[in-house]
Amino acid sequence: MVKKIVFSFLFACLAFIPAMAQEKVEMADVMRSNGKIYVVVAVCLTILLGLFAYMFYIDRKISKIEKHKSH
Amino acid sequence: MRTLPAYHNFAPLFEKSIALRKHWWKILSLLLLIYTIIGGFLLDVPRLFILNETIRNLYFHVCMWMGMMVLFITSVIYSIRYLLKFNYREDIYASNFAAVGTFFGILGYLTGTIWANYTWVTDQHQSLANILKEPKLIGAAIALLIYGAYFVLRASFTDIDKRARVSAVYNIFAFAMLFPSIWIIPRLVGSLHPGSPGSDSGNPALNFNDIDSRLRMVFYPAVIGWTLLGVWISTLRIRFELYRDKNVLHG
Repeated sequence: MVKKIVFSFLFACLAFIPAMAQEKVEMADVMRSNGKIYVVVAVCLTILLGLFAYMFYIDRKISKIEKHKSH
Repeated sequence: MRTLPAYHNFAPLFEKSIALRKHWWKILSLLLLIYTIIGGFLLDVPRLFILNETIRNLYFHVCMWMGMMVLFITSVIYSIRYLLKFNYREDIYASNFAAVGTFFGILGYLTGTIWANYTWVTDQHQSLANILKEPKLIGAAIALLIYGAYFVLRASFTDIDKRARVSAVYNIFAFAMLFPSIWIIPRLVGSLHPGSPGSDSGNPALNFNDIDSRLRMVFYPAVIGWTLLGVWISTLRIRFELYRDKNVLHG
């Protein structure tokens, strides 16, 4: 009886092996192979650089106000 | 040390905050975030079930929470300093760090909802009811609402000393509540969020003990970069308020 259970369990495990081997994790490999991912990087970098340029601009503006001799 | 030629009148006021106007860490933040975007999109990541390519959100979503923590810690330190010396300057620091921290928290929450919508709901056949029961989501919402009440409390005072004093005490309470609500309780009860017990979500990442080294390579610089950006935004707000309230600070 125990033997039967163990073997059927092992058999059941065997049945999982091909399923696990087949399960490939899908990634955006096509996007990488045709280079479209660089478009995404370019867009994000543009936004980032724009934001930082704006930050530096505000920073300079506040520095100017601080230096300004007014009461 | 830099000299301050043009600061005749405000020298005592701005002397202490001179570090805020140094530039190297702002440029460091820019460089780290450029690296985050290039490395975050182009470098190899582990192939994980369910998460697939969305694991790259680690460089953005998680960094918001890390940045928020740093800003809240800074905020509570300034609140304690205020309660020790009752210097109004410390209150300006504390409130603005808390404001930007809350902003980062909201961004983290929003990005989390988008991410969860595509990895928790669809792929695992989770219903909305399961999502709403999420201790991590409820905890984060409670923490953000407590900080929201901090600003309501601040706005309800007209007397600046009273406002500073009461909100400094409240800030310590809010900070103390942050830990059970977002760090402890989600780790005690089962949750779909990675890193909690019973998160049988099938992805091994984000448990910081065995997070993939490929992820670390971008994740740590990303955390520093986003945090520095948050500190920068805070310092701009602080400098503005220090200028706005210069008469109070002098008097």
